[in-house]
Amino acid sequence: MSFSWTRVGAILHKELRDYRRNRFVIGTMAATPVLFIILPTIQLIAANATGKNLSVHVGLSLLYMLVIPVMMPSAVSAYSVVGEREQGTLEPVLTTPIRREEFLIGKALAAFVPTLVIAYAVFGIFLAVAGLFAHPVIASAIYAGTHVLVQLLFTPLLAGWAIWVGIGVSARSTDVRVAQQLSVLGSMPPLVIVALMSLNVITVSTALAIGLAAALLAIDLLAWRVVAAMFDRERLVTGRPR
Amino acid sequence: MSGDSVVYEGLDEAGTARAGQAPRAVSAAIEVSHLTKVFGGRTAVSDVSFSVAGGEIFGFLGPNGAGKTTTVRTLGTLIAPSSGTAIVAGIPLSAKNGPVIRSRISVMPESPGLYLRLTVVENLQCFAGLYELDDVRGRIARALRAVNLDDRAGDLCGSLSKGLRQRVALARALLNDPAVLFLDEPTSGLDPVATREVHELIGSLRKRGVTIFLTTHRLEEAERLCDRVAILSTTLRLVGRPDALRKQLFRRSLDVRLRAPLDDPKAVLGPLPGVQGWEQTPSGYTLTVSDPDFAAPALARALVAADGDILSIAESHHSLEDVYLELIDEDVEAKSR
Repeated sequence: MSFSWTRVGAILHKELRDYRRNRFVIGTMAATPVLFIILPTIQLIAANATGKNLSVHVGLSLLYMLVIPVMMPSAVSAYSVVGEREQGTLEPVLTTPIRREEFLIGKALAAFVPTLVIAYAVFGIFLAVAGLFAHPVIASAIYAGTHVLVQLLFTPLLAGWAIWVGIGVSARSTDVRVAQQLSVLGSMPPLVIVALMSLNVITVSTALAIGLAAALLAIDLLAWRVVAAMFDRERLVTGRPR
Repeated sequence: MSGDSVVYEGLDEAGTARAGQAPRAVSAAIEVSHLTKVFGGRTAVSDVSFSVAGGEIFGFLGPNGAGKTTTVRTLGTLIAPSSGTAIVAGIPLSAKNGPVIRSRISVMPESPGLYLRLTVVENLQCFAGLYELDDVRGRIARALRAVNLDDRAGDLCGSLSKGLRQRVALARALLNDPAVLFLDEPTSGLDPVATREVHELIGSLRKRGVTIFLTTHRLEEAERLCDRVAILSTTLRLVGRPDALRKQLFRRSLDVRLRAPLDDPKAVLGPLPGVQGWEQTPSGYTLTVSDPDFAAPALARALVAADGDILSIAESHHSLEDVYLELIDEDVEAKSR
């Protein structure tokens, strides 16, 4: 039996239906973007258009945007496997013909799709607010250079990293809360590099941004392979390794 | 039994086989040979061999921790055997064949494992997708009709009682028209009415030729539903038809109830033809006999001659529970030695 997108779709569809009726997920998906649209807006208002720290304020504002693809999916994906184990729903799913790759991609897409939609929507709103209400100097600082490119490139890549860390932790955890805490911690490292770029500590050219994005993409793919290898039906069902 | 036409190779006349003598069923749906599963240093299942014929309802009995669920999970390709081989639904058990085997079988675990925030239909739609089924709407409608849940299709599973959730899980297990259906304690926690409905459903599946591997603690359930049963306690203790197991484990006997004990029972019961032994019970005597039909008339005559007031003479009935307890007690004694 070959890889089936129908089975991936079944998991994705089920997850999205489940999210809609899960207060925790709805709360996370609603609160995170609200929080991360308010904070950068305050940064913009607080910024002095002629001040020395203009680039820091702009960088910080944009950095908040990139926290969304890290925070949002990590909480959701950390729940993905251990949550099903706790509910007793994992075993029935694993007794169907689904392959581990199909299960994992379905789970990952269920976290990735809403994250990407929300993160890009929040960024779009932020750009619109900056264009309409911020001082022209500040607005042009936001639109200038590689900021927008970094946001567009790194949003899905950071989300990808956070998702695989979350699912990986979830596949090895026995407690949802521990999984969520470890997942958030594990999602942070790539954000450091992005922070250095946003704050102009690393001067980013277009080529460097694309190069770093390619590196993060490679890391994401590697993380996917590692997580797939970690996904052991026997361990998940019995709690014991093979 | 539905498998009357099924020929078991390697069985004695009574239709039983001691562990290790794997009877081969012609057109077997499941064949297990020397299956062993070890977790760390603990052996969960040891050298288990048996065969289940197509269309048979096979009961799998044993105390807690006997290895029943481990066996089901192994045959359901959820866990890998430490050694031994098996064929499930015609496919050799291996990691590579896992998806194909799982497409031909259904496993209903003890816990229904439903998505509680999804409706009954949404749960079934998810699993129809996982099995890549066609005519999803029709299959779901048929599965819900089979478990009498058509009117609850739109209800959230979280709002259903335990019995109804169990029925949804059963509907889910029927979606893919499995060749082999593994039911792990399907009536656990159900009230008598719901239990009867599940039993009727299992009976209707038998008519459709579905092979059912039934794990249960309820011995009367196994006796009522199963063509054959296996008793497991890490190793397989016995496999056979319930009536054959009774005959194998228990000698035939007659229970005699008298208004008052005999003055000299040894003189009355001892010389009777076909009586191999006797013991006094609170209401009379139990006689071990070679043939109850032969021994009973002679016994009645002897009791009348000895002025015994006979209330009843009947052949002793040993339930599957007696068989089970006898075997498990043997096991406990062996372990304590």
